[in-house]
Order: sequence, then C-alpha cells, then structure tokens
Amino acid sequence: MAFTIKVNGTAHTVDVDADTPLLWVLRDVLGMCGTKFGCGIALCGACTVHVDGMPMRSCVTPIGSIGNKAVTTIEAVGKTPEGKALQQAWLDLEVVQCGYCQSGQIMSAAALLTNTPKPTDTDIDAAMSGNICRCGTYQRIRAAIHRAAGMREE
Amino acid sequence: MPDRLDRRGFLTIGAALSGGLVIKLSVPIAFRPPWAAEAGPSFNPNAFIRIDREGLVTLVMPMVEMGQGTYTALPMLLAEELEVGIDEVRLEHAPPNDVLYANPMLHFQATGMSSSIRGFWTPLRQAGAVGRTLLIATAANRWGVDPGTCRSQKGVVLHSASGRRLPYGELVDAAAKLPVPTTDSVVLKDPKDFTLIGTSAKRLDTPDKVNGRAQFGIDVRVPDMKIAAIAISPVFGGRPKSLNEAAAKAVKGVCQIVRIENAVAVVADHMWAAKKGLIAAAIQWDDGPHATVNSSDIIGQLEEASKKPGVVARNEGDAKKALAGAAQRIDAIYQMPFLAHAAMEPMNCTVHVRRDACDLWVGTQVPTRTQSLVAEVTGLPMDAIKIHNQLLGGGFGRRLEADGNVLAVRIAQQVDGPVKVVWSREEDIRHDMYRPYYYDRLSAGLDASGKPVAWTHRVSGSSIYARYLPQIFTNGLDHDAVEGAAEPPYELPNVHVDYVRVEPPGVPTAFWRGVGPTHNIFVVESFVDELAAAAKQDPVAYRKALLGHNPRALQVLELATEKAGWGQPLPAGRGRGVSLQFAFDTYLSQVVELEVAFDGSIRVHRIVCAVDCGIAINPDTIAAQVEGGTLFGLTAALYGNITLKNGRVEQSNFHDYPSIRISEAPHIETYLVRSAASPGGFGEAPTAAVAPAVTNAIFAATGKRTRTLPIDTVLLRSTT
Repeated sequence: MAFTIKVNGTAHTVDVDADTPLLWVLRDVLGMCGTKFGCGIALCGACTVHVDGMPMRSCVTPIGSIGNKAVTTIEAVGKTPEGKALQQAWLDLEVVQCGYCQSGQIMSAAALLTNTPKPTDTDIDAAMSGNICRCGTYQRIRAAIHRAAGMREE
Repeated sequence: MPDRLDRRGFLTIGAALSGGLVIKLSVPIAFRPPWAAEAGPSFNPNAFIRIDREGLVTLVMPMVEMGQGTYTALPMLLAEELEVGIDEVRLEHAPPNDVLYANPMLHFQATGMSSSIRGFWTPLRQAGAVGRTLLIATAANRWGVDPGTCRSQKGVVLHSASGRRLPYGELVDAAAKLPVPTTDSVVLKDPKDFTLIGTSAKRLDTPDKVNGRAQFGIDVRVPDMKIAAIAISPVFGGRPKSLNEAAAKAVKGVCQIVRIENAVAVVADHMWAAKKGLIAAAIQWDDGPHATVNSSDIIGQLEEASKKPGVVARNEGDAKKALAGAAQRIDAIYQMPFLAHAAMEPMNCTVHVRRDACDLWVGTQVPTRTQSLVAEVTGLPMDAIKIHNQLLGGGFGRRLEADGNVLAVRIAQQVDGPVKVVWSREEDIRHDMYRPYYYDRLSAGLDASGKPVAWTHRVSGSSIYARYLPQIFTNGLDHDAVEGAAEPPYELPNVHVDYVRVEPPGVPTAFWRGVGPTHNIFVVESFVDELAAAAKQDPVAYRKALLGHNPRALQVLELATEKAGWGQPLPAGRGRGVSLQFAFDTYLSQVVELEVAFDGSIRVHRIVCAVDCGIAINPDTIAAQVEGGTLFGLTAALYGNITLKNGRVEQSNFHDYPSIRISEAPHIETYLVRSAASPGGFGEAPTAAVAPAVTNAIFAATGKRTRTLPIDTVLLRSTT
C-alpha cells in the first residue's frame, strides 16, 4: 500500500507493505544510502535516524508506524546546529576510520546533544552504547561529542 | 611473509591523453600468482600518477581504503617528494591490474598484511622525486638557468635568484617529452627536510564519511538494479533440497528465485521483499557430509595431531637436550578459537553479467584475484571482467576473499540485468571464512637462575596459505601460522618451533586482522609471563634481561612500562600486564591495567602503547590504529568465539558474537619512539599485542593464568 513520509523536509510516497522497515525504504526505494544496514535487529545502531527528533533504529521501524512524523537522516542532520557541530568535531579530531558506522554514531550523538547539551561521560555511555564501531573509534567519538558540546556553548 | 626485495620502482613517463604528465611506476616482485600472467595491458597512458595542465595531481590508488588511512598516507609519500600540497592530490580507485598495481610485498594487487606503507615507501617517493626533477628541469630549460639553482614548493618551480616562478600545470606538457631520469640520478629528500611526512595531515577520505555521501560497496545503485537476499546452506557443503517457489514469488516485490549449488537467492525490488521471499520459500536443505561436526571434534582432532612432530620452522641448538637438563621445566597448552570478521558493512556485491562482459561493484581487498575467479566462473576473458572498487566498510581480512563476489556472480548469471546481492548479518557471521582454531603446545626449561635455556613451540591449525597462495606454502610450512612464534624477540639459546597442519572438516579458514601474530603473540607473550612467574621475577625485568641484543624492542618496553607506571601500587583486584612484540617490521609494547571483580567480570581501565614503527608517516593515523586495532583485539580476547554444533555455526549476530561498546572501551594512550628506520606496517600490530597484555594483567590481579581465548570469566570468580 502507499505511504507518504516526510524525510528531511520532503514528502515521498512509496508503495510497500506496512511492515517494511524504514531502513529499506530509505536505501532501496528512495535511494538515500547514507543510512546504513548493519545487523537488521537493532543491535548495532548503524541505521539510526531521527523520528520527530527521537533516535530510532530504522531497521526495526516499520514504515506503517511513521505517519506524519518528521524523519531526519544523516544527509540532512548537518542542517541542525547539533549535527553541524558534531560533523565538524568528527573531522577536527579525525574520529573516522572505515566510516561505515559513523552515520549512525552522529545521529545518536545529535539526539543526545539536543536533549543533553552538556553530556557527561555517563550520559555518552548511555546514549551511544547501542552504536557499534568495529574500527574502535570510541575514544575519539567521546572526545568529539564533548568538543561539539563545547562549540555549541560558544 | 617477509620479503627482502629491494623495492625500488621502475619508472616511465609519458603524456596523458588529455595533456599533462604521466608517471608510470612498476615495482619488482619476486613472482606472480597464476592469475597475474593474464593481467591487463602493461601500458595504460592514464595509469598511476597524472599531473594535468591545471597542476592537479591524480594518484590512482593501488591500495584500498578500509579505515586504515592509506588514502592519506600513500598520497603523503608522493606529495612530499613531488613538492605539492596533499590537498592538490586527487585519488582514484585503481582498476584490477597486477602489472601496474601489484603490492610489492604481497606479489599481487592486494591490500593486507599491513604492507601498503612498507611496499610503497620507496617507489612512491621515487615517483614523486622523478616528477619534481622533470618539472624543475623543464622550468630551468625555459629560463636558461642551471636546474641546481631552482627548487619547487607547493606545485610551483621557483628560481630564487631572479624571483621567477612557473606552476607545474604550465610545465607538464614539455616535461612529458623529456627522457625519464634514471632512478639513481634522482635524489630523494633527506628525512630531516620532510615537511609532510611525519605530520598528522588531515585524512582525505573522511569529509564524505560524516555526511552520508561516501559510497561503500553496499551503497552502489545502478540503473534497473534488483536486490537479492540470500540463504546459504546452514551446514558447510550442503545444498538446497526443496523450496516453495510459488509462495516466495507471491510476496509483493519479489521478481525471481535463483538456486545455485549451495544457496538460494530471492531477487526483488528491495531488500525487505527479498527477505520476506526467503522466509516464504521455506527452504529445505540437504546437509551433506559435515552435518555432525561439532567444535569438540575439531579440538579433539587438533589435540591428537599436535602430539606428533610437525614441519620445522626453526631449530637452533638442542632444545630437547637442554630441556632434559634444565633446573625447572614448564609445559603449557594454549588454544585460540575460530573468529568471524564481522565488518560493519555486511558482505555484498553488485553484479551485471552479460553475454560478453561482467561488471562488479564491490569493496574488495583483492581486485585481481576477484577478476580471475570471476573469469573462471563466467568463462569470460579477464579484460571482460570490470571491477569497480568501492570504499570498504571494514576489511579485517574478510575482503581478502572473493567467495562473496563469486557467489554474487553465480546468482547474477541467472538474472537479466544488474543485481545487488546483500548478505544479512546472520549470513555474514555464519558464512564467514574464519580465523583458524589454533592449538599450541609449549615447553621451556629454566636454569637455576630462572633464565630460559630451552624453548619448544608446536603450532597446530589450518594453513591459510596452502589454499590462498600455494606457491609460498613450501615443504608443508605455513609461514603465517608460525609468524611471531618462530622468531620471538628474546635471547633463547635452544629453540625448536614446528607446525602441524590440521584442516577442520568443512570449515573455511582465512586471514583475520593481525594474521599469524594475532595468534602467536598471545601464546608467546603469555608463556614468557609464565616463565617469569616460575622464575619468581617481575615480568618486565625478566623480559629486559633477555633483550640485551635487541635495543629497539627494549626501548618500546621501557617506554610503555614507564608511561604506565609499572611497579606502582594498585588497589586490590587490579593488575597490570605487559606484552612486547616485533611484527610487521614494527616494535610495539603494551601495558594493560584492569580490574577483576568478584564475579570474574573484567573491566579494562587503561592501555598504554609504545611504538617504534620506524619513520612515522602520519602519527595521528598511527594513534588511531593503536586505538582501533587494540579494541579489535580486545573484543576478540573478551568475547570472540565461533563454535560449531551439528555442522552449523552457532553464532549469528551481535548478541552472540558481541563487539566491545563505548561503555566498555578503556582509555588508550600512544607513545611513539622517534626513529630513522624504514617504516614498519601498522594496521594490525596493536590487534596482536593486546590479548596477552590483558591475560597477563588478569594473572597479576588474580594469580590465574588464561591459556584459552576468549577469556572465560567463570574461571576468574573469587572462591571465597
């Protein structure tokens, strides 16, 4: 059946089953491949997007559950102050290695900063533990979140 | 695989098709694997390094980027000698061609074994220096001055005396007509004059990796492409017996069901339809001959085989006699599990097979190996197989194998049009090619002072090289399986190291980050710690006493232990452990500080790493590799375990094949020794170093020795 969803401010109509995860709608139907597939069962966080500002694992979020809520992906998160600061901090501190998980990492971090502008290490652990990085960039992710939080203060 | 070839490149120059200067480089290699004989044309006018009329430099990257930073470090080598800014270098993925793009250390076009910097350190600097020499000569000629009075900087040739300057772009066409200077006449820069090498230059590949624009293999989209989900026989070697094709086809969006020898693919408009189609197909399998294999059988087979002598990797003195005469004898058995790679980007490959050609879009560490295997499967000539290489969402050795690409091609042969074959995480874990299970027996004899007088080490396990590159599996010895075991950094008077090849029934084995050393450094560094304990000596002091002949090893050990505060008191339950290694031409020492709780659980607090990798090309990348490589090894030490039951891999996703998470990640510190030696490899060294440092720290904290990985925390519970 047809669903109309709002992604990064643009409405898209797609004809898929209601149980189709948002991840595959984004990647395979709409061709927005910045959101990554990692595990398919919400264990790794690579597919994290925002739905009305909340971080969601798009691999287990059925298209039928979205309704009128606003979906934001890595392609547009740089337009938010949090996303922009995080992307800059990520580059300043050379967080990225292979880069595959980093879309999800930045989306989780952006949701964290929106709700907790000055997170502690414990806040970061709580918000970011759902995102796996096999390259092991965690130390720099932590530092970059603190740095981005600092930028937002200035 | 040590390779002592002089890796100077052979250089030729020419004009680019669109104008500008081309520098072609080929590197001498000792032999070529069978498929390379058919490799593509030996001259490609646009190959390797081009400088266009705008002065832009294009480097066709022979090595692939999978997070290790080679897309920054290799351009740094070129830019340093060519005297251009790294921001003036553009990168292109190289097409498959072993003549042009062979890795001099690995003998073919492959990215692995921490060899990129070691292989291209000399040739790429030479190529840059040749370019600089030609451009200066061209400018000097135009001005009528001695080239010795000119220099270049940031892509411009300067004549200081007259203040004249000419940008490279205005010189390239004339430079392309000059004879190529002999490599002996081209002077490489003195390292003290380096302005780029040794700096933490910003990575070139990262800006598009923070905004979703970077294209990995799995992100490829070609017109009219379908998506395929796959189910491979749960038992290795099994095949599909029956399936409900009608039910699968009834799923909305499903286009086609494809059966190949060992798998079924559902081809659909998108992944979800394909996955639902697979479920609806309710595939029944013929399990084949391996349906009863359990891990315990494989371990039993290794244990038995390891009782008999193997192929000798090293024999010095008379270890048997020295062992018999020793004041004290220590024996131990170490075991390491099968491991999956679990790169974040699941296996995938996009293929379009036509009658006369085949295109593949994939991130692979081995483009020519893939090309050759695909030619075999399709019956097409090598040059009809096009490999469009993509960024890799992690390699770790998994993408040194072409199995997934061949599987995708077999599926695509039955599909009209391009198809992207995407593995689920479950397929990715259950049909990996695994780091072998190793079973090691060691014995050592100590004299009355505790000093080792005899050392024997028998490695038993699968040989990857026997399958992967049989040319170097000579006389039954797999050099990878004993790397790090045959030549420990210590003074050991009587040494005997041998190797017993044992292949696990049906289980495919492959390289895994850190290769041979990731297995052997754990064993050797744990056993040295055992010897120190038997001698009732401090583990660091014990090692130092055996390193009189090895100043670089001694220096990293001293640096790491000093920075870690070795010897300073710790609270109860905490311990420090050390490891030392020489692998990939790099010296590295780690100190781990951790805590073991009453329930046996482990919390790693801090890891200090000292490194002497020779000249450091990009120190920040080295620190990043210390951080990442260490966590990759720590994940394996704590959790990594692939087991088999009834021929099936028991693990399937990150819940039962876990990866370390940010909340568990210790603080990691990197200290570099300044060194003028040629650069060593680095992407894998820290992965090998961490496991023994962890288990040695557990011993320091609890008095319990861990000889089997992953660490069984049940055995570490307090028994009060």
